[in-house]
Amino acid sequence: MSISMGIDIGSTTAKVVITEDDQILFECYERHFSQVRQKTLEIIRRAEPILAGKRFSAAVSGSAGLGVAKAAEIPFVQEVFATGELVRKKIPDTDVVIELGGEDAKILFFDRRTGAFEERMNGSCAGGTGAFIDQMATLLAVAPDELDRLSQDHKFIYTIASRCGVFAKSDIQPLLNQGASKSDIAASIFQAVVDQTITGLAQGRKIQGKVLFLGGPLHFFKGLQERFVETLRLDENTSVFPEYALYSVSLGASIYAQEENSSFDYDTLVQKLETAADEAVTTLRLQPLFQNQEEYDAFTARHNQAMIPMKNLADYSGDAYIGIDCGSTTTKLVVVGENNDILYSYYNSNQGNPVEIVRKQLMRILHECGERITIKGSAVTGYGEDLICNAFHADTGLVETMAHLKAASFFNPKVDFVLDIGGQDIKCFKIRNGVIDNIVLNEACSSGCGSFIETFAKSMGYDAASFAKLGLFAEHPVDLGSRCTVFMNSSVKQAQKEGATIEDISAGLSMSVTKNAIYKVIRAVSKEDLGTNIVVQGGTFLNDAILRSFELEVEQNVIRPSISGLMGAYGAALYAKELRLDRSELMTLEELEHFTHSSKTVSCGLCNNNCNLTVNTFSGGRRFISGNRCEKPLGRKENKELPNMFAWKLQKLRSLKGVDGGLGKIGIPMGLNMYENIPFWYAFLTRLGFEVVLSDVSTRALYRKSQDTIPSDTVCYPAKLMHGHIVNLLEKGVKRIFYPCMPYNFDEKKGDNHYNCPVVAYYPELLDANMEVLEDVSYDHGYFGLHRPKDFEKKAYEHFGNKYGVSRPLVQQAAREAFAVYDAWRWEIQQEGQRAIAYAREHGKKIIVLAGRPYHIDPEINHGIDKLMTSFDLVLVTEDAVAGLGDVGKVHVLNQWTYHSRLYNAADYVTTQPDMELVQIVSFGCGIDAITTDEVRAILESKGKLYTQLKIDEINNLGAVKIRIRSLLAAIREKEAQQKHELKMERGIS
Amino acid sequence: MAEIIRDKTGRILFTKEMKQEFTILAPNMLPTHFKLFKMAFALHGYKVVPLETTGREIVNEGLKNVHNDTCYPALLVIGQLIHALKSGEYDLDKTALLITQTGGGCRASNYIHLLRKALKKSGFENIPVVSLNLSGMEKNPGFKLTFGLIKKLVYSIVYGDLLMLLANQVRPYELEAGAADRLVDRWVNVLSEEYKEAKNVTYRRVKENMPRILQDFADIPVHKTEKIKVGIVGEIYVKFAPLGNNNLEAFLHGEDVEVVVPGLMDFVIFKVDNRYVDPEIYGGGKLKHLIAGWFERYLMGWQDDMIAAIREFPQFDPPSRFNRIKELVKDYVGYGNKMGEGWLLTGEMLELVHSGTPNIVCTQPFGCLPNHVAGKGMMRKIKEKNPAANIVAIDYDPGATAINQENRIKLMIANAKRMQKMMQYNELVDMEPEMKETVSEA
Repeated sequence: MSISMGIDIGSTTAKVVITEDDQILFECYERHFSQVRQKTLEIIRRAEPILAGKRFSAAVSGSAGLGVAKAAEIPFVQEVFATGELVRKKIPDTDVVIELGGEDAKILFFDRRTGAFEERMNGSCAGGTGAFIDQMATLLAVAPDELDRLSQDHKFIYTIASRCGVFAKSDIQPLLNQGASKSDIAASIFQAVVDQTITGLAQGRKIQGKVLFLGGPLHFFKGLQERFVETLRLDENTSVFPEYALYSVSLGASIYAQEENSSFDYDTLVQKLETAADEAVTTLRLQPLFQNQEEYDAFTARHNQAMIPMKNLADYSGDAYIGIDCGSTTTKLVVVGENNDILYSYYNSNQGNPVEIVRKQLMRILHECGERITIKGSAVTGYGEDLICNAFHADTGLVETMAHLKAASFFNPKVDFVLDIGGQDIKCFKIRNGVIDNIVLNEACSSGCGSFIETFAKSMGYDAASFAKLGLFAEHPVDLGSRCTVFMNSSVKQAQKEGATIEDISAGLSMSVTKNAIYKVIRAVSKEDLGTNIVVQGGTFLNDAILRSFELEVEQNVIRPSISGLMGAYGAALYAKELRLDRSELMTLEELEHFTHSSKTVSCGLCNNNCNLTVNTFSGGRRFISGNRCEKPLGRKENKELPNMFAWKLQKLRSLKGVDGGLGKIGIPMGLNMYENIPFWYAFLTRLGFEVVLSDVSTRALYRKSQDTIPSDTVCYPAKLMHGHIVNLLEKGVKRIFYPCMPYNFDEKKGDNHYNCPVVAYYPELLDANMEVLEDVSYDHGYFGLHRPKDFEKKAYEHFGNKYGVSRPLVQQAAREAFAVYDAWRWEIQQEGQRAIAYAREHGKKIIVLAGRPYHIDPEINHGIDKLMTSFDLVLVTEDAVAGLGDVGKVHVLNQWTYHSRLYNAADYVTTQPDMELVQIVSFGCGIDAITTDEVRAILESKGKLYTQLKIDEINNLGAVKIRIRSLLAAIREKEAQQKHELKMERGIS
Repeated sequence: MAEIIRDKTGRILFTKEMKQEFTILAPNMLPTHFKLFKMAFALHGYKVVPLETTGREIVNEGLKNVHNDTCYPALLVIGQLIHALKSGEYDLDKTALLITQTGGGCRASNYIHLLRKALKKSGFENIPVVSLNLSGMEKNPGFKLTFGLIKKLVYSIVYGDLLMLLANQVRPYELEAGAADRLVDRWVNVLSEEYKEAKNVTYRRVKENMPRILQDFADIPVHKTEKIKVGIVGEIYVKFAPLGNNNLEAFLHGEDVEVVVPGLMDFVIFKVDNRYVDPEIYGGGKLKHLIAGWFERYLMGWQDDMIAAIREFPQFDPPSRFNRIKELVKDYVGYGNKMGEGWLLTGEMLELVHSGTPNIVCTQPFGCLPNHVAGKGMMRKIKEKNPAANIVAIDYDPGATAINQENRIKLMIANAKRMQKMMQYNELVDMEPEMKETVSEA
């Protein structure tokens, strides 16, 4: 009998429904563009004909609704709780609700027996939501509904990292650049959202039974619906996509309102909303970017000095050089003349198809050149380097960092620090004695760069440039913190709630992006830390607000070349010029006219990396394969295999085969510290009489087998894989699994203590508590310490003696043998290390100590980095092979973890070897490496060595890894050339 | 002025001269407890100042000075100390820093080294840093944790835990807003006065004071109503420190719930218990085993005394004994799980669930390693075995906004309220049908 109004104010939209006895009288779904109170008022006014003169109940819900609720004194209901109200009333036989909103993702699990329910909301590290899909659509240069349509024609699903939007983005970009079809990518994006929901939210609870899907994205995108239904193996009866999916929260709020019996009338409510002050500001505010117009004018004038003359192709004749920077989101192209002037430039989004864009540009250039201008060199850099180089026969490719250094040195020969913030990535490096010294690339989690501002601007109804301009004179910029984009989104939400203006948000975003670069990526401590001759570049710095924030933050003036966005291309052109070729090999106008390009995707299958290869076919049947890690699929004669200790160790450990000894099979999950301890446990258990069964080598498929039982989505990937290994063992039919808790590691007497990290130490207990399948088998996860061999004998007998009826002497014997086997294994590793080093020296190869944890030899964890290394003609040695040769002595941290002590000693040894470099592999989410990386760097740099870090995750993309390795190699080459030069000079003088 | 003397590793020693002249700055975790710690240290000749600064600048100092992937407590603690050094309030030639070191396999043992690195980077390399630990790491001639001092710190924990517990139990029901907090302040003042003389800080005095404190709290006029109880557990720093958890206790108080915070004593006993258990699991260390056992019994004795004192006042709920928590956790994780909060975290959640506080906020720094297992890793099993358990895990880091955290906590509270309603309804089910009708209509 009563009218009831439910108001749902989410992060981006306001949804209002008015119901009377289950009948919907009014509904409205609109974006509120941060004008929360005003928008609510506007919508309510529209409902005046329904509400005027009546009493009605009302409730507000939604993440941005609290302010309005307070202002108008309307009851507030938490949004998931509101959804629960709706479901209980409308579809009480629901088991699970999945609701995706603009920035939130939620799962509700119902217990039909008790009527109780359990909710999961996305934590502070998750992004697979509506905002994410919008962002991805922007990336593909399609409208969101177009993305949906495209996805329905897909033939192939790519693996796209699902943890957070930024990760996914860095997976998609290379696919785009490699020319994968948009349909496949669109469907893969939806699959990533599905995976994110399952891993990130379900956290150990299976999604089964009747599932109700709510929220905007699940309402609008048929492709997303399809991915969910297929992945969760649902059918028409078990998947419900209701009409009211958009209004679920507001409907829930209206039900809540009825129950609460609040009573309003139209006039009072409107009056309350009108007069309510916008909420008091509590978000921290920052200093304005510019105090006044004069300050801005001076700033502009200063930066206008870093100019390159822009000439016209039509007015030029003579030799010219082409530089192409095929970046992740944009393609840049310049033509420079003999005196380094720019004759032509192009800067635009690559719209997912850089090949076609470059072709058109080259045609235009060559057409204008005619007979007057001779192209004498061409060079390509950036993500799409290989593809473009191959497609158009450019003369050379060069790693991005080199290209940027070339360009930056042109503006300031004394440059000692280059920072480039592009659409998708942040690159920066120091220059010491003319050599690239310390490259920092943004790790996948912090790329809150240009494209973020662009997407954000669009969501607010602006284009990137005008959005940024808004911030220039903002009076109270909002402090949005300095972490990844997902966090910024929620900080913006907070600011919006508090009524921040669009200007303040714009300025705040610029400052955040800047701080993100400085503190999260570069990790500068002080302004002196960066350098005194800083050149900033990249498309994002064309934005004056960002440039200004940067200068304010580092407290010094920097150089931003007028061609900030073109620096990579300009550097490439300068590099092409240095080649001093007689003529460029670049395609001719005629060849370009007849150029065709198609691409398809295949799975390689030549080894267990199972790379997704993109096969590009160009006119004339030429092919270019990308996505490969090694040379195998290219069909080339394989390099004579260089020593690769990752492969060697893996093969050695995998060759351990169980022997039937009377006690039956015992399964061991092959991951984490088992990569270190397995020789011990294998020998020990085999001697006791068990047939040891190892789980298979990790694969993506193995990971997926049990990803729904992972309770903590921020734990490292090596740990997450353990769930799959358990399932793998069970599939092999073992009835007994042995996976001991080991807080202590072997004591190598090299540090202050000899712990394992907490995750390695206790993960067996986590599996026990989260994997129901373990209830059907005997799961042995007791505590053992191998650091006290004598005591181990005793403790092992207490454990195994009673349980399996083995005698004390046998346990003692087995333990002694196992310790001997383990020692022999360590010795063998060192011998193999020596063998590899000797081979390298004999053949004049560089040696890389690829340093990480024992489990980094798992191919699913390292994604084939080892093979990539050997493809660069490097000999690969593991840290534990050389750790014994170094002695770092006292380090500046508490040296209490065995694996980490090895890192320090290996680093120390490398500093004494001129032909060795150390590259550290770090798993994302490894808290301990926050400590070790700084220390390893310090050890290396104190002796003048370069430090290179490769941060890896479930992301299957080696793009950033390649840049680092190539830059390292380039830096080594330059360093050596310099040393030679110095040596010559010295000799010359003497 | 005290001379800077280094040990053979190059560490600046805190000398006896420094003890005379220096102010020792320490991070703060529990405001009430730390005020008493300060006085206890003063009795032994140390001028310790627990910092009470707050604000975004502290986070910013932390971000600038510590690897940003380091856990949030390290970032805050180091940020707070450096912020204080830069404030100009302290004579840098006469200032030292104090930081705890647990010595476990968690990253927290490394805070002191990260602090020293940060000091060096910021140009404060001549500031001595004192490690407060029970493992005998990093000895200093001018700083000794004597048994006399330890005893007084233990008394301070007893007082602090008692005051915190009583305030939490009275605050939601007090008729006059702020009465409980004022009483805490008054008692801190009374005790601070007493702490000026060592003869007042004795076993007997603590035993005498406990009933007095209890009586004072019992005298606060209250109106007892049925309120939702919400427990706070988690990583020790973000669990307790308002700076670390965005004033979680105050927020919950504003949500009209009764807050239940297990005290600091359990954590201290837990850390001692680890040393007791270690030799049992791995062998060795007989003497250590004995000493740890003795010390553990001493601490448990204090806990028992406090519980006994509270039992005299039936209006207050005493905390569970340590051994009870230890017993509860048996089927979940092993006693070898000792890094960070280890099994105690799982145990505290279980204890809360079993003692009528099934609604829990489990706080942890973003990416906290031990809590992957003992916190988030155990929630499924706890809920499965205890269907009433209503736990929300909240991550804290420099980028996490209060709105997201509060939204999730509100959801947990909304859920709790619904469960409470349901339980009341279920009670009704057992009544006569007509009666049920009347009640539900009302």
